Amino acid sequence: MKRRTFGAIGLAAMLLASTAFAENHAPTLTVGAVAPKTGPLAGGAAVSYWPNVRLWIDDVNSRGGLMVDGTQHMLELIEYDDQTNPGETIKAVQRLATQDEADIILPPYSTGLNLAAAPIFNRFGYPMITATATVDDTKALVSQFPNVFISLGGAKPITEGVAQVLSDLRDRGDIGNRVAMVNVADAFGIELSQNARPALEAAGFEIVYDTSYPLGTQDLSTVIKGAAGTNPDAFVAWSYPPDTFGLTEQAQIEGLNPGAFFTAVATAFPSYQARFGDSVDGVLGIGGVDADGEAFQEYAARHEDVTGEKPDFWASAMVYSSFQALEQAIEAVGTMDNEAIIQHIKDNSFDTVIGTLDFDENNNNPAFWTVGQWQDGLFHGVASTGREGAAEVRARDAN
Amino acid sequence: MTDGGGMDIIITGLVLGGTYALIAMGLNLQYGMARIMNLANGEVLVVGAFVAFWLYTAGQVSPLLTLFVVAPLAFALNWLIYRFMLLPLVRRAKSQGQLEVDSILVTFGLSFVGVGLMLAFFGGDYFSYSYLARPVRIMGETYGLNRIVAFLGAVVIGGLLYLWLERTRPGRAMRAIAVDPKSARLVGIDVPRMSALAFALGGTITAMGGALLSTYLTLDASTGVLFTLKALVIVIMGGVGDLRGTIVAALLLGLLETFVAAWIDPGLTLAAAYLLFVLILLFRPQGLFGRKA
Repeated sequence: MKRRTFGAIGLAAMLLASTAFAENHAPTLTVGAVAPKTGPLAGGAAVSYWPNVRLWIDDVNSRGGLMVDGTQHMLELIEYDDQTNPGETIKAVQRLATQDEADIILPPYSTGLNLAAAPIFNRFGYPMITATATVDDTKALVSQFPNVFISLGGAKPITEGVAQVLSDLRDRGDIGNRVAMVNVADAFGIELSQNARPALEAAGFEIVYDTSYPLGTQDLSTVIKGAAGTNPDAFVAWSYPPDTFGLTEQAQIEGLNPGAFFTAVATAFPSYQARFGDSVDGVLGIGGVDADGEAFQEYAARHEDVTGEKPDFWASAMVYSSFQALEQAIEAVGTMDNEAIIQHIKDNSFDTVIGTLDFDENNNNPAFWTVGQWQDGLFHGVASTGREGAAEVRARDAN
Repeated sequence: MTDGGGMDIIITGLVLGGTYALIAMGLNLQYGMARIMNLANGEVLVVGAFVAFWLYTAGQVSPLLTLFVVAPLAFALNWLIYRFMLLPLVRRAKSQGQLEVDSILVTFGLSFVGVGLMLAFFGGDYFSYSYLARPVRIMGETYGLNRIVAFLGAVVIGGLLYLWLERTRPGRAMRAIAVDPKSARLVGIDVPRMSALAFALGGTITAMGGALLSTYLTLDASTGVLFTLKALVIVIMGGVGDLRGTIVAALLLGLLETFVAAWIDPGLTLAAAYLLFVLILLFRPQGLFGRKA
């Protein structure tokens, strides 16, 4: 923690110094970033979003800057806290565009805040490659805001991925047919569970327990007792960070230890592993990466080096890859002509830390990880819609 | 939904009630006795939790030992806050209403300062660790040992505080300033000093609660406001200025939420809690143990 404080102070000093000196030496580009530093989503943004902003700025600047108009431009970062409040997100983007005259504005964090900010990004004409928004109907969104690109994937493929992974386990004889499912009662949990019900039933599973709990609930012993009472073969939770931790701990206490145990957001966080240690082995979670892949390994090492924190095994690399796509598009176009940059993103594919990023006709990235699993200390992607490097799913030692 | 009988639900509910008591007892002292509606209460709780997290992850120090580090620090910090930021408001306030408005504004600002400082020092990441996350069997049912320990902590803290308020001279003086600060002065009670003590003690209990809760809750720098809200609801339900009211309200809330989760639907726990709050406000606006104004 100390290291991080010094890191932050050092970074601030560096930025101040770079503005002071850069004026004389090299031209600069202003980069704006808006995301939660406070409020309900601050914890997630602190893991998956902010470190990647700093890493990307550091990476670009340490290789000499961004090549625009034939000269190298150093990047200068302006950060705003939107307090997890969509109104604040919109205001901050507006401020970046009009007062700070930002050359580049990075997309905000989370589905809700990205959707809220899409119109204002569109109004000012900035490209917006979101890596933290779960959107199913990208066609409708993009026909309205053609500057928006979606890379994280949608609820339907994710739930189908879960159904597929569970089917694989069942077909191998590792688990039976009974699924206990719970969800956090907010937009994310409701949408995922609504998609999961038909997907699981189509795959021949019987949902023996199905309930929700309010956002922010951490006292989940009744929920886990209820699930354990139905003696399930698989436990699936569409959960958020505080409750992902709460459900996992409570399941261990209650001895709810089925052959497949799935929790959603935060399962891929390093702090999940730090808290639960070796007992995470075999736990399934939303998302994933090619954890053994050279690109990810190299990225993870740099992430830890520059920010002092480990990346998570899902959204972190997605966020960084979206910045890389933007960076490559800007350099390919060679000017800060946003319209041309947006067209370039539509027409080309990009080589990133998650592999090739290639948007389809609906500005949607069709290839993403849907399910991962903790295996021997790393969270490996085990199911995707076309990513390479999937590990084979393993059964947990059930009892 | 659980097949477990009533006993299981009662124990789970009481344990949850203990959690709520840890969140709310400190605010009761601050609001009921010192007359400061402290909206930065939750931030103090998060600081207590963070210290426990930090000492545990950095040096494997048991959170139960951390309590003895957190307590004097929190006492000193809260005493200083009262002495330098709130006492001037108390002195210039012409009425209880004015003090309430002023203290709400100041402590609301303080809560932002608290969140900002925590972000600067700890970062925005979640902090959680695993401590005593083992099952214990009580009457044939399993419970998390960390929750049981926190519940016992709540019993000990609540019990000592109650005895102190009921049986000792300073405790009696504190109850006197809760009932009527003006008359308390007439019988020779140093009201500003007792108020400072009540405020500091309230902050101490909140921070100790935070250290205990950190053994099973996942927190980050900006979660404080959730605890402030919960504490506020419990203190108002129980009756301002009466410790018994806060404890009874906390246990009631814990039992109610657990009953609803077990027998109706876990999705309705919050709705049930606020329904109870509304009913109490409608039919007993002074709170369960409160005195009519």
